[in-house]
Amino acid sequence: MTSRSPISHSRVSRSQARLGRSIALHLFLTPLALVWLFPLWMMVVFSTMPDNGIFSPDIELLPHGNFLDNVSNLQRGTNFIGAIGISVSVAVTYTFLSVMLTSMAGWALARYNFFGKGMVVAIIFGTITLPYAVVLIPQFIMVARDFKLANTWVALIVPPLFNSLGVLFMRQSFSMMPHELFDAAKVEGVKEWRIFLFVALPLARPMLAALAIILFLASWNNYLWPLLINSKPGAMTAPVALGTLIGLTKVSWGGIMAGAVMLTAPMLVVFVLLQRHFVAGIAAGAIK
Amino acid sequence: MRYQNATAYRFLAPYLLIFSIFWLWPIIDSFLISFQATRTVPWRFAPTFNWGRLIGDPAFFNALKNTLLILVIQVPVMISLAIVMAVLLNSPLLKARGLFRFAFFAPVVVGEVAYSAVFRLMFNLDYGIINKLLNSIGLPSVDWFTNVTPAMAVIMMAVTWRWAGYNAIILLAGLQSIPEDVYEAATLDRVSKVKQFFYITLPLLKPIIVFCAVLSIIGTMQLFTEPFLITERGGPGGGTETLGLLLYRQGFRSLNFGYASAIAYTMAGLAIAISLVQIWLTREPK
Repeated sequence: MTSRSPISHSRVSRSQARLGRSIALHLFLTPLALVWLFPLWMMVVFSTMPDNGIFSPDIELLPHGNFLDNVSNLQRGTNFIGAIGISVSVAVTYTFLSVMLTSMAGWALARYNFFGKGMVVAIIFGTITLPYAVVLIPQFIMVARDFKLANTWVALIVPPLFNSLGVLFMRQSFSMMPHELFDAAKVEGVKEWRIFLFVALPLARPMLAALAIILFLASWNNYLWPLLINSKPGAMTAPVALGTLIGLTKVSWGGIMAGAVMLTAPMLVVFVLLQRHFVAGIAAGAIK
Repeated sequence: MRYQNATAYRFLAPYLLIFSIFWLWPIIDSFLISFQATRTVPWRFAPTFNWGRLIGDPAFFNALKNTLLILVIQVPVMISLAIVMAVLLNSPLLKARGLFRFAFFAPVVVGEVAYSAVFRLMFNLDYGIINKLLNSIGLPSVDWFTNVTPAMAVIMMAVTWRWAGYNAIILLAGLQSIPEDVYEAATLDRVSKVKQFFYITLPLLKPIIVFCAVLSIIGTMQLFTEPFLITERGGPGGGTETLGLLLYRQGFRSLNFGYASAIAYTMAGLAIAISLVQIWLTREPK
């Protein structure tokens, strides 16, 4: 078979054009990706270097072996392991409560008609664009002075429970389910809360996973509120404890970097393992 | 339509309770506090005390100027970069897609404190890797943190690094919801890829771009951790002090809740204005 027909000729040049475009794409994207990975890579490198190595004129781009020494330096400056314990417990409790709260609210908005529904939806949309700064000061006065709850777990967990994007996400998830299923259960005489718990929630498992990951991350990384409300050394979360060291003159930067790695690495692992859920959770904010 | 008020509100109750206590009341309270003199006990009603101070306070205008400067430079740069990332990550020609996605999306999980520490160390004058790399290609060191312009640049780079991928995730999901046959038809009509980007992708993506821009503007407007930790409490000499940092300083260092509330409501006013612009930009054409 001869390949000199005009059609196959143009096919060759088109595949050459594709190759050219592909090369250009990778030539542009690879350096950008390296620049983007650089701070994370340097975090790891710094966390494995002794302080006199970090503050030396040499360019060091490869990890050393000082990670554990840096961790013990960090632990000496602030009880970082204890702070991580607080952060983990708070994030787990927060995630569980917040998932329940937001999916219940999302369910109500997706399934029922009720008086004031438009108002509730308007409130949720309204708070998306409202700066957190507006509620920060009264929240602080109320929790610290009126409730006397500063430096407690309740203070870390309860006020941040309100979130609007999560409710919209769950409302969307529930309303995409076939409602005949729920109606059939209702006809069978199943109570609404049992339909929610045993029919709707199991069906929503992938969405709940996405929501839980985003909420856990938000709690794990939360900084401003814990900084204000839990400022006593024994009650600090891990980011707050780490933040207190930044800016001190006599401080182990290797230790700070080891702390940064301990905060970041678990989340990166979760991200790699559950990337699909992560991306779904973030993208859900905008895509209806 | 049948109403099920009792059932619905039973499901909504915990959520609305949290909302009322920790959001609704504070929103009102904050407004009320902004009209009180809060440095004397008991607080007293003094309508012009904080607002009068605000309009004559050079520290406020400095913070406002810095915040707006970061807004108008950082947000457009980051959104453009995020669009480029999303479009290229969506290209069928891309190999090792997973690695590229990891590189751009990973900063999304990095906490503010962790990355602020890294950026601070990377941009250190004498021992920072950035200056070492500049020197190694024959460029002079930059004194990143003692001059305002480079300090601002570090803040903007840090925020862009942290949030570009986040926006790219949202934009990528938007791109993937554009039907493939639109592009196929355009390709058959010999419309170039560049023209397809400007005449198909951008217009169809516009609502999502605007959404990303508004979320980014509101986030950047409240910028706190980066100038707090990277440039050491808004240094040099207030050169990177933002509204968020001024609010922190007034509210939680000087314990001047009234003045801090006035600052907070100024931020809310800006946010409302920006949201109205968003509604206007994404309105359905008549």
